[in-house]
Amino acid sequence: MTDLMIALLTAFAVWTGWRVFRVDSMVRASFALMLSFVAVGAIGVLLSAPYIGVATVFMMAVEMMVMAIFMVMFMMNPAGLNPMVMVHQHRLSIGAGIVAFIGLSAAVLLSPLPSNPVAADTDVVAQLGHELLGPSMLIFETAGVTLLATMVGAVILSSRQGRFGSADEGSRPPGLTEGGDPAGRQPEGGGGHGHHHHEGH
Amino acid sequence: MTLIIVLLGAAALIGIGLYGALSQQSFVMLMMGLELMLNGALLAIIGFWSLYLGGMPEGQLLAIIVMAVMAVEMAIGFALIVAVYRKRQADMTESIGTLKQ
Repeated sequence: MTDLMIALLTAFAVWTGWRVFRVDSMVRASFALMLSFVAVGAIGVLLSAPYIGVATVFMMAVEMMVMAIFMVMFMMNPAGLNPMVMVHQHRLSIGAGIVAFIGLSAAVLLSPLPSNPVAADTDVVAQLGHELLGPSMLIFETAGVTLLATMVGAVILSSRQGRFGSADEGSRPPGLTEGGDPAGRQPEGGGGHGHHHHEGH
Repeated sequence: MTLIIVLLGAAALIGIGLYGALSQQSFVMLMMGLELMLNGALLAIIGFWSLYLGGMPEGQLLAIIVMAVMAVEMAIGFALIVAVYRKRQADMTESIGTLKQ
């Protein structure tokens, strides 16, 4: 029974994962991805990893809500009214995906996988806690510091202004060829950038 | 048998994610592909931990690390998307073609 549930949930996770790139609205795509994550979380719960499974569901529910907001911000096709196909190098991508799937499947099918399931009376959550705050504490703490650095980096990257005005004020990207035009978009139409204000001294 | 099904599902998720990450033009959809690959990795880790490693505690730790990677990827990815959009009004990969040079 559990095996059947796991097989169905796996199929559901793969199907919703496929729907991500087939639906016409980006918001629908992010909810399809959320369903895929929820299915994986449920598989975790069924496979006696309750903490990981529930944490996956909670984290992904929140993450996909944030993602849906970004989808609305950058959406090209509101409400999915038109068919949406925005792809490049399509053949190569399909080929790479199929090759990855076949390669990994071959590795799965050809390797010996002796069955060694979790014992039914194992207290897996307590084990995880002892592992996190015991032998693997350094890894755990490193992950925490990495997340802090991520928060700082995300704020710096996405903030419009530095403390002394625009971060790239007066900067000019290097040319693509020697002495050529600067790379990227010219700031403010190229010319009208000579005057900057320094208020508040 | 269950382990094989789970691992095949994980392989399919990674394949679909790779397809999405390579083919999508919109940055946001491209990140969905990356997330899908991490989803496949998470599924494979849960399967291995539960059915092959006999519940080794380090396996759960690895799953938590994958979740942290997802959070980092998403936060930095969206920050980069916002930064590129502010600089270039670009939300498609084709719009920043000068990075090719």
